[in-house]
Amino acid sequence: MRGTTAVALGTTVALLAAACAGQGSGDQGGDGESTGDASTITWWHNSNTGEGKEYYDKLAADFEASHEGVTVEVSAMAHDDMLTKLDAAFQSGNAPDVFMERGGGELADHVEAGLLKDISEPAADTISKLETYMPGFQVDGASYALPFSIGVVGFWYNKSLFEEAGITEAPTTMDELYDVVDKLKAAGITPASVGAGEKWPAAHYWYYNVVRQCSADALDAAIADVDYSDPCFVKAGETLDELIATEPFNKGFLTTPAQTGPGSASGLLASGKVAMELAGHWEPGVMQGLTENGEGLGEDTGWFPYPSIDGQQGTEGAQMGGGDAWAVSKDAPDVAVEFAEFLLSDETQKGFAELDMGLPTNATASSSVSDPALAGLLDVRDNAPEIQLYLDTLLGASVGGAMNDAIALQFAGEATPQDVVDAVQSAAEADQ
Amino acid sequence: MTDTAVRSADRAQARSADRRPERRGQAAVWRKRAEIALFVTPALALLVAFVVVPIATAVQMSLYRWKGFGPMVDFVGLRNYVSVLTNEVFTDAVVHNLIIVVGSILLQLPLGLAIALLLNRKMWGQGLLRTIIFVPYVLAEVIAGVVWFQLLQPQYGVIDTMLAAVGLQGPEQGFLGTPEYALWTVLVVLTWKYLGLAVILFLAGLQGVPDELYEAAQLDGASWWQVQRRITVPLLGPTMRTWGFLSMIGSLQLFDMVWILTGGGPANATTTMATFLVNEGTKRQNFGIAGAASVVLFVIALVLALAYQKFILSRDSKEGGR
Repeated sequence: MRGTTAVALGTTVALLAAACAGQGSGDQGGDGESTGDASTITWWHNSNTGEGKEYYDKLAADFEASHEGVTVEVSAMAHDDMLTKLDAAFQSGNAPDVFMERGGGELADHVEAGLLKDISEPAADTISKLETYMPGFQVDGASYALPFSIGVVGFWYNKSLFEEAGITEAPTTMDELYDVVDKLKAAGITPASVGAGEKWPAAHYWYYNVVRQCSADALDAAIADVDYSDPCFVKAGETLDELIATEPFNKGFLTTPAQTGPGSASGLLASGKVAMELAGHWEPGVMQGLTENGEGLGEDTGWFPYPSIDGQQGTEGAQMGGGDAWAVSKDAPDVAVEFAEFLLSDETQKGFAELDMGLPTNATASSSVSDPALAGLLDVRDNAPEIQLYLDTLLGASVGGAMNDAIALQFAGEATPQDVVDAVQSAAEADQ
Repeated sequence: MTDTAVRSADRAQARSADRRPERRGQAAVWRKRAEIALFVTPALALLVAFVVVPIATAVQMSLYRWKGFGPMVDFVGLRNYVSVLTNEVFTDAVVHNLIIVVGSILLQLPLGLAIALLLNRKMWGQGLLRTIIFVPYVLAEVIAGVVWFQLLQPQYGVIDTMLAAVGLQGPEQGFLGTPEYALWTVLVVLTWKYLGLAVILFLAGLQGVPDELYEAAQLDGASWWQVQRRITVPLLGPTMRTWGFLSMIGSLQLFDMVWILTGGGPANATTTMATFLVNEGTKRQNFGIAGAASVVLFVIALVLALAYQKFILSRDSKEGGR
């Protein structure tokens, strides 16, 4: 008996000691980094399988080879795991040196909490190359992250189903879109799927209507002044009401998930049960994962941008989208900024594009994108006069969440266009 | 010797007998205390670390506006509570929870009792039937939820297909996608899931009813029905009351099944207090509001639990004391 107790006590003490030691060394590591001991960079990313993971491992090794004494510690994680771990890391103040940011209000919150390094000066050259995409990653004129993949949202459609319904050209105005809906329905085809169960896919319609109905200045002013009284926001909701009234969506869309399982919005498009879906550049990849042959819609994959609206105030051809950027944490060594820049270099981005890991932001890499569907989308993106960040990302989780909930209510027929604007207004006021 | 003498002698003896081990046992008492401390400390430490501290943190969080990172500095007093209690989505969620508390008991109590009484009779396939009824309860909640979600899919789901085969049509948006039906559909799935627990508990309770009572009733010429009403059900009382308590607490904390089936939608028709606070916390990063909602949930659960103890469960302890 006594022996067991002694062992148990001993173990406990050992564990405690280990825990304390762990704490101690962690602190020391943190101190070392902030005082400029630049030997180790921790890097978190979400390309945790196949070629993407190998490519990123190779990049880390290349960087180590060209920077003597620098070690890059790579952690490849599944996307959701990475987000959870990042949240925990932000709470405990032990963020990795280089990690992914999505920009907008979320990034601004992180800046306000003192988590990010201002990289305007050290990374000035790279920033100047990425100018079109920088606004979503800047706060008060200072830059905090380098966008490496930016996509735009548009309609992915099934070419053969469109043909079956006698549709020869992709719609360019809302009225033409309504015609497409009518023709598909007449042919007995469900026109579109939407994952309104997860809210954001439904909200994308409202965001795009805002991008069309409101000028960029009106949107910027509304956010800056916390005043959404410009009538263009209600108009955006009215356009959404018009679209919903044509009943284009799959049955049960209010609880349809976005991308998980064959009954999800992406699954319905991939299996030919609906003709189109509003989604981002990830859609072909998601559909491939949801089909048994791993091809998604294959040759039938088509894409057209969100139509314009008659009398719109928004810039013609403006697109809505977003993506990922490399951010450097406040206490990271200076060489971490160099590493982030290295990740945006011509060479790195070309390799990134060749593997179809995303839509490169470095213009020299655009021609390296091999997937035809993505290449077409890249053309639209590169020629867009403006790229508006997803509104929920732009406004931050608190306001964005309230906005998405209200838009989901409008899809359910339980909120008016004015209700949505009111919800955004009051959430934005509460967030001040 | 007189009676008194005997008694006082006894007492004296008793007293000295009392005192002797007291003196000798000073060490034993300490030993006992040390043992208690040794055995209780780990449990107490776990309780503090995983129950008390989280509750205290939730209360602290509820007094701040906090986005989940950086220091908690923006003290807002009771403002989060005001915004939770005046939020229609939350008050509706409380109503949904209460509907599920009452609905679960009203559905599962008579059904569970009936099935337990049936399965308590000697019959062919008894073991198999018991297993079949208990299986849903053993299934992981998330797996059961995903299966039901697939079954209930409009147009392509099994249930809609079966309805169509007999010429009926389910609701246009599906049972889960129509605000009017969603909560009731969830309630049906919950009944399917938790009926097994009620049945098993009632069956266990039935084993405790002494056979003599049945024999006596039979001698008195009582019918089967009378036996159930006068003997079985009253003697099952303590089991039913305990089950009711478990069911109530489970319904108040309901989260997983709703999250999988509807995510609280459509149009907040199935939001529960737990889905509300998870949505506010993890999706909107309003940890203060989530904290306030969790404290409100805690208080509601505590008050109902204490009331249940006082007014319903106390009957059992009194009966036991008699």
